[in-house]
Amino acid sequence: MAVDKFLVEASHIMMFARSIADDNQIYYDGDYAKGTEPGSIIAPPTFAQSSAQFDPDYFLRPKIGEPWFGSGKEPTGVTSSGGGGGGGGGGLHAEQHFEYHRHLKPGDVLSAEVKPGKTWERESKRAGKLTFSETVTEYRDQNGELVITATGVGVRTERPVDQ
Amino acid sequence: MALKASDLSIGDTYTETLVENLSRTQIVQYAGASGDYNPLHTDEIFTTKVAGYPTVFAHGMLTMGMTGRMVTNYVGDGRLTKYGVRFTSQVWPGDTLSSTATVEDLSDGIVRLNLQTTNQEGTVVLSGYAEARVD
Repeated sequence: MAVDKFLVEASHIMMFARSIADDNQIYYDGDYAKGTEPGSIIAPPTFAQSSAQFDPDYFLRPKIGEPWFGSGKEPTGVTSSGGGGGGGGGGLHAEQHFEYHRHLKPGDVLSAEVKPGKTWERESKRAGKLTFSETVTEYRDQNGELVITATGVGVRTERPVDQ
Repeated sequence: MALKASDLSIGDTYTETLVENLSRTQIVQYAGASGDYNPLHTDEIFTTKVAGYPTVFAHGMLTMGMTGRMVTNYVGDGRLTKYGVRFTSQVWPGDTLSSTATVEDLSDGIVRLNLQTTNQEGTVVLSGYAEARVD
């Protein structure tokens, strides 16, 4: 996902920390955070993933005025096949890697550039043919400095994963 | 508090319970905070009738986020330099997850941890690594 302007804000960090049930006060309380080694609120390690909020074209967020493939009156809101093989909704997340050059803090303004990586295939007993694709996202701050390198691997399955 | 290299040995472990009886609402919370509204995680009708799964399941990144909480509780704030995982099995509402970091290597002020998160049946749902600066 390419993102021009990802504003790192304290309230978003708070909501993100709540969602991963992390009560470390460095994510909530600026006064507390002053007394910690980083010296300010920082973002939890996987926070960069929420750059999706700032991607105008992110396909897993309903867009105003456009049909949404999740259920409404019917199981899917689009007339074409919503599933597209197993997984629906664009496949599954297979791997995620982060390299931290420094930690994010409120006030940072990031941009993200996405580079395609490798693709490969593998047969699996539980889901048929698996097609993997890698993307490398470089997050840079307001000074152009590289702050996080994120490598994601997605997988499309031939059919839903057997349980 | 950050870890001290002198207090660590290869094979040391640190374990936390990440969640007990994972609620659908926590998955909704994660969708809202992260911006990933894939219906597979929150929309039971789409997930069962269109995608063909028995029920909704958690974002892999929710498990990675909660595992990251265990890691930062262990290594201290702002100490991580690398963190990577592979999602090996799906996480479902009602799951109880436990996560363990094992010291794999210690050199040049960096500790390398092996990470494993398992569900209540002992199935590994996430495996990975982290590296962090130690004193």
